[in-house]
Amino acid sequence: MKNLICIECPIGCGLQAEKNGEQWIIKGNRCRKGEQFAINELTDPRRSVCSTVKTIFKEVPRLSVRTDGEVPLKSIFEVMEQINRVILERPVHIGEVIIENVCNTGINVIATSDLIYLLEAK
Amino acid sequence: MSNYDVVVLGGGPAGLAAALASHGKGMNTLIIEREHRLGGILKQCIHDGFGLVRFKEKLTGPEYAHRFIEQVQAQDIPVLLNTYVVQVDKSEAGFELTVVNRQNGIEKIEAKALIMATGCRERTARQVFINGTRPAGVYTAGTAQHLVNLEGYLPGKKCVILGSGDIGLIMARRLTLEGAQVLGVYEAKSTPSGLSRNIVQCLHDFNIPLHLSTTITRVFGDDRVEAVEIAQVDENMRPIAGTEQVIECDTVILSVGLIPENEIAEMLGIQMDAATRGPVVDQHFMTSVPGVFSCGNSLHVNDLVDYVSESGEIAGASAAQYVRETRVRELVEIKKDNQDFLYVVPQHININTSNQQVILYFRSRDIRENMRVTIKSGDNVLFSRKYVILRPPEMERVRFQLKGDIPAGRPIEITMEPAEDKGVAQ
Ligand SMILES: Cc1cc2nc3c(=O)[nH]c(=O)nc-3n(C[C@H](O)[C@H](O)[C@H](O)COP(=O)(O)OP(=O)(O)OC[C@H]3O[C@@H](n4cnc5c(N)ncnc54)[C@H](O)[C@@H]3O)c2cc1C
Ligand code: SF4
Repeated sequence: MKNLICIECPIGCGLQAEKNGEQWIIKGNRCRKGEQFAINELTDPRRSVCSTVKTIFKEVPRLSVRTDGEVPLKSIFEVMEQINRVILERPVHIGEVIIENVCNTGINVIATSDLIYLLEAK
Repeated sequence: MSNYDVVVLGGGPAGLAAALASHGKGMNTLIIEREHRLGGILKQCIHDGFGLVRFKEKLTGPEYAHRFIEQVQAQDIPVLLNTYVVQVDKSEAGFELTVVNRQNGIEKIEAKALIMATGCRERTARQVFINGTRPAGVYTAGTAQHLVNLEGYLPGKKCVILGSGDIGLIMARRLTLEGAQVLGVYEAKSTPSGLSRNIVQCLHDFNIPLHLSTTITRVFGDDRVEAVEIAQVDENMRPIAGTEQVIECDTVILSVGLIPENEIAEMLGIQMDAATRGPVVDQHFMTSVPGVFSCGNSLHVNDLVDYVSESGEIAGASAAQYVRETRVRELVEIKKDNQDFLYVVPQHININTSNQQVILYFRSRDIRENMRVTIKSGDNVLFSRKYVILRPPEMERVRFQLKGDIPAGRPIEITMEPAEDKGVAQ
């Protein structure tokens, strides 16, 4: 049996996962998301990555970004390396794609702050 | 001098929600913010997990804030940025604010009602007991977060974190992602104060150790931090002799708690609650001074921004109601046992109201299992629910209606008792 903690919401249910043949039996989850989380966690753990990219605008030297989906846990540092290579030279809106298909994960890195608003407000 | 119905102090999630609610009820509303952009602390909280309750999405802090900023802009709610409130006085119309702004200098603003949404500040090194020198390299978690996320400046290479609050855990991950080494998180209590999910995704994912019942007792270094001494502590938080250990590091991050910011509320002589360190309020989040409302982290420190926004909405709608029709309040105290409850907000109920709904937030004093929480006025039960577990780091929110007989002069009681049976919660 494996013990896990569901990270899908702030409740953080303690989960027990047991293998029955090829199937995982999950207990302890208060909702459906917990079951899916446990199965993913045991077979292909994934996380979102939230970070910042450099910009050329000295009033707003960093812009926050995140992956628009989850990338494999083991690729987080590779994704970070790609993110840290970016130097943003144009003002972007929130939600705009900054890196397409980062590290061939099929996931994009998108802006989570609105650079245009931030520059205007200054 | 400009005149408004409602002036909101603070442009974080609480202030934004309050202004939208007040404007939505037809009030001429102004937001005053001392920083150069709206969004409050959320601007630097670039991690995700915000808005699960409200939007059923895992947003980052800036994205959550942006949804409200967009609405404020779309509705043309006036905002004064880079503006400090230096004084608040009672006036005939309500309140006279003296504000300082880089462009306009000193200005007077009149408001019929005021909403305090000034957020909170962090406990600093001075407020926790650490011996030794005071070299550079000691930061609060929020300051470190500001430096890394907004300025792009990494505060150190080898960090230790004191306190297991969520901001400290989030920063442990953030510093690791940016290439710093986080040697460990030290928590004096025997249980972590942050959410379990943050222990998993911020510490376990990156093999960062969490040391419970352990604290930093000394900081070494002349100009810059060179090392810290850690020691285990007993149940009374006293260091245990012989357990000391020296750890080399260049940075100490403090995540030891937040305190509501209420300098301006204090200027008005508003009654404060020693437990929340915010104002005493009724269910409309009106403080002891009629016409002054409080919400968000300046009312009490919240862990979920969704409830911060909710409290802003309540304060905004209530301020509008107050401006429209001022009724004399009939306040009934909410009585609690301090052995069971860390705090309860609101602290009073106004029974002379047309709005029968009450939203109440509480935290238990310690971890309790299988408890029934009941709210009643004499024999009139207003609310009763069973909780499988109550933990102080997790704020509970309850909703009930003011129905039946609730006489003035008799306190409403909130109690916590072992639940009758271990059956299904109802
Ligand atoms: C580091 C950190 C991580 C968090 N992580 C999460 C999370 O993962 N999920 C979640 O749901 N919640 C999280 N929270 C909680 C949530 O972000 C806060 O509860 C929320 O931002 C508080 O909103 P607020 O509007 O009360 O205060 P703030 O956001 O602090 O806003 C207060 C505003 O008032 C302004 N102000 C203060 N004094 C004055 C004055 N005198 N005049 C003018 N303006 C003034 C300030 O500049 C600021 O903009 C986190 C909080 C922090 C600090
Ligand atoms: S199982 Fe559901 S309720 Fe429990 S932590 Fe996961 S998402 Fe939250």
